[in-house]
Amino acid sequence: MSASTIIFYILSALILGGGILAVTVRKIFRAAIFLLFSLIGIAGLYFYLNYEFIGAVQIVVYVGGIVVLIIFSVFLTHASGDDMNKPKLTRSIFSLLAAVFAFALTMSYVLKEQFVPTTQKAIEPNVTNIGTQMLSTSAHGYVLPFEVVSMLLLAAMIGCIVIAIKVKLPAHEVPSDIEDNRLMAASKDTLGSALTEQV
Amino acid sequence: MNEIGLTHLLFVSIALFFIGVYGFLTRRNMITMLMSIELILNSVNINFIAFNKYLYANKLDGLFFTIFVITIAAAEAAVAIAIIINLYRNTRSIDVEDADTMKF
Repeated sequence: MSASTIIFYILSALILGGGILAVTVRKIFRAAIFLLFSLIGIAGLYFYLNYEFIGAVQIVVYVGGIVVLIIFSVFLTHASGDDMNKPKLTRSIFSLLAAVFAFALTMSYVLKEQFVPTTQKAIEPNVTNIGTQMLSTSAHGYVLPFEVVSMLLLAAMIGCIVIAIKVKLPAHEVPSDIEDNRLMAASKDTLGSALTEQV
Repeated sequence: MNEIGLTHLLFVSIALFFIGVYGFLTRRNMITMLMSIELILNSVNINFIAFNKYLYANKLDGLFFTIFVITIAAAEAAVAIAIIINLYRNTRSIDVEDADTMKF
């Protein structure tokens, strides 16, 4: 067993173990941390396959962006020390059966298939080749999806701000009891200031 | 079995995909369901990279698909978390069973 094989098995164990713990553990914050380990393992797998650019993007976007976002949303919405409710036993049994049988079916097809690699010369997946093809307008260029995805990101950004912004209620829509309290507080305030002025 | 081939990588990606499916079916908390979706999308990315590396090394198409999947996953996670936070403000819960305002 060579060192490369051992590294692959360690990375796979990290990915699958992190994934399993992320979907089964009952504390939501721990689930987020196990998801982080799984994503780091996937980035390691990209480095292992010599796709350094994708590995770097994986770390920057997922580990630095999405997991941090998830952890912040956990803090904003949840008491992170609490246990989540246990899933119903029947539901978890049937989900497990569905996942295991679907996995077995897919693996059986994969094992039956004969994969034939291409005989042409390999392209090095370095940043120069990626950038040239990404922004090329020729037949195999990806400039149109690039532009469409930039529009998508802009739309997502504006959409997030619009959805998550806190709406301040105008004065006539404030519920009456709050309005009364506020009026009373205001009148007390003016009364107090008037009194201090007199004194 | 000593040499790492395409089948090994496909095993990892398929296993990760169905781990994500299991989590999506069992979890009832929206943030953990979002995490399961991230696992599924990552397994798809491993698949693209593995096929690009082992079968179509003369092209970079799998790599570009991976880049676009990562971008769209980031946008999707941001919008989903904005929706979850807005829902939490209104219902004080992020359980999918409680989000039934538009059901009837």
